[in-house]
Amino acid sequence: MNYNINEKGYYGDFGGAYIPEMLYPNVEELRQNYLKVMREESFQKEFRQLLKEYVGRPTPLYFAKRLSEKYKTKIYLKREDLCHTGAHKVNNTIGQILMAKRLGKTRIIAETGAGQHGVATATVCALMGLECIIFMGEVDIKRQAPNVARMKMLGAKVVPATSGSKTLKDATNEAIRDWINNPVDTHYIIGSVVGPHPYPDMVARFQSVISEEIKTQLREKENRKNPDFVVACVGGGSNAAGAFYHYLDNLEVGLIAVEAAGKGIDSGESAATSALGKVGIIHGSKTLLMQTADGQITEPYSISAGLDYPGVGPMHANLFTSGRGEFISITDDKAMKAGLELCKLEGIIPAIESSHALAIFETRKFKRDDVIVVNLSGRGDKDLDTFIRYFDL
Amino acid sequence: MNRIQNKLSEKKLYHNKAEKLLSIYFTAGYPKLDDTVEILQQLEESGVDMVEIGLPFSDPLADGPTIQDSSQLALKNGMTTEILFQQLKDVRKTVSIPLIIMGYFNPILQYGVEDFCEKCAEVGIDGLILPDLPLSEYKEHYHETFKKYNLINVFLITPQTSDDRIRQIDTASDGFIYLVSSSSVTGNLDGFDENQENYFNRVASMQLKNPLIVGFGIKDATTFKQATSKTEGAIIGSAFIKTLARNGKSGISNFIASIREV
Ligand SMILES: Cc1ncc(COP(=O)(O)O)c(C=O)c1O
Repeated sequence: MNYNINEKGYYGDFGGAYIPEMLYPNVEELRQNYLKVMREESFQKEFRQLLKEYVGRPTPLYFAKRLSEKYKTKIYLKREDLCHTGAHKVNNTIGQILMAKRLGKTRIIAETGAGQHGVATATVCALMGLECIIFMGEVDIKRQAPNVARMKMLGAKVVPATSGSKTLKDATNEAIRDWINNPVDTHYIIGSVVGPHPYPDMVARFQSVISEEIKTQLREKENRKNPDFVVACVGGGSNAAGAFYHYLDNLEVGLIAVEAAGKGIDSGESAATSALGKVGIIHGSKTLLMQTADGQITEPYSISAGLDYPGVGPMHANLFTSGRGEFISITDDKAMKAGLELCKLEGIIPAIESSHALAIFETRKFKRDDVIVVNLSGRGDKDLDTFIRYFDL
Repeated sequence: MNRIQNKLSEKKLYHNKAEKLLSIYFTAGYPKLDDTVEILQQLEESGVDMVEIGLPFSDPLADGPTIQDSSQLALKNGMTTEILFQQLKDVRKTVSIPLIIMGYFNPILQYGVEDFCEKCAEVGIDGLILPDLPLSEYKEHYHETFKKYNLINVFLITPQTSDDRIRQIDTASDGFIYLVSSSSVTGNLDGFDENQENYFNRVASMQLKNPLIVGFGIKDATTFKQATSKTEGAIIGSAFIKTLARNGKSGISNFIASIREV
């Protein structure tokens, strides 16, 4: 079995481009060009150079000694939190802004939930001098005030999404509607491995630099290419897709995807799509999503705004249903505890999204000589308010 | 032949005398859950030629605020696919114009595509407009099922659709082609300019086998006339829903009459 995308834009049964005809010319233009552009030498050169000098790559693969001692196994952290702007999201926005420029687009739109992808998009638009419009749910704008200010400082216009539940799903709807209304000059920078083909594949390729680096770094440190397990949190699934990418077809490497259980899978307030979702169509992709029996998309919940999405990307839907990936869900409480533990044991303040991945060690046993790489997708600066309130700091 | 094809060939037969086809879109379950059939009856009595019944969806990507709001209210009123079919159970006893269900693909996927089509045939639905079911998926997976239940699938084209693709869509269609008036979601009611006129002319001159019906942005007699000068008919959605919001069902016949005047 092949766990990567096929020539029709599907991962197994998942993916495709279920889009209204109004979006067809734009999505088709991208589909026909994205691989060609990405293979151009000048593109690769510019992309690699920006990743190195602007983002600060390669990010370290750090052996977490005290964490390893506590859990009696070997834990490495892939430090995406050290990327410019504080999370892995920028790997994708750098790639897509270069793509947009080569396609002759002059206006950039994006959706954002927590604001991390919005900040990463506003950043690259400032870097390239392109107009930038970020759609963000009205509820999230209130919850994530510092990131809204950051986007504005970077020159972006932040447009509140006032439809539906006024969160990430609705911000994505509004971005798609804006693209329908502006079919010629605009590129939509989607923030995760979701949306119509070719987005999931394109974003996964831009993020695949994460596992590319892990391979080299692990050889230096452990004299082996492959870890026993790679662990990553999954909202839409882009940091996980990047961390898994070069191991997808290597069955010796266990792939562990951690979803947000919110207040518990059966609480009615959860974002654990693999446990609660059914096959359907969201934002142009056939994948697993949380929905009513009647096919209406339901609202997810997680303490972490970045995991608060009712679907997962089609790559992950396939990893789950095929059994290639191990899917685990972690509650708010466990994630917050694991986040604080990393602060105390390693001096690293993780994003709450990434804290979900770290909580794996309280949930699942590993052998003493297992080598485990946890993708530390982002830093916790943006989450200070939530940490303060949660722990009464 | 199915009712859509009948209606269109009837219109064609009396081309010069007959009025252009007027179709109305409304969201099922709006303003009240049980309004669906009464609205259909009134539309037929008012002289409307065809109706698109909107199956409400939580995330209508191609719709502007008016239809988003009517969909949300309909869902809040409790509308479901099953309830819509129950409401339509006896509709063919009182309504004879062609009826199309317009909706997004996910609710239909959950209902089961074959079950959905079977139910449509049972209650007397003639066609489907599913904006997010793309041509390629339809041809590969669903064409046979739609055909089995004598359901006509209607595709959209926009000002950005290439001639090549318009021809592909024409080949795959056997009712009419839905000409989206501008590059926009529904409910943009600014009126038409020469861009639209050029676009209507361009597509009309392609001599397609399917009739063209224009939708999006038609709100009154003037825009209806502009939209239909080179095409077979037009569809009114958001402007009709605004009328329902303002005047309720009692405003229906006046609204339809106002479109037909001039
Ligand atoms: C730090 C961090 N990690 C993870 C995510 C989840 O997204 P994805 O699943 O696409 O990596 C986000 C999203 O905002 C994030 O900011």
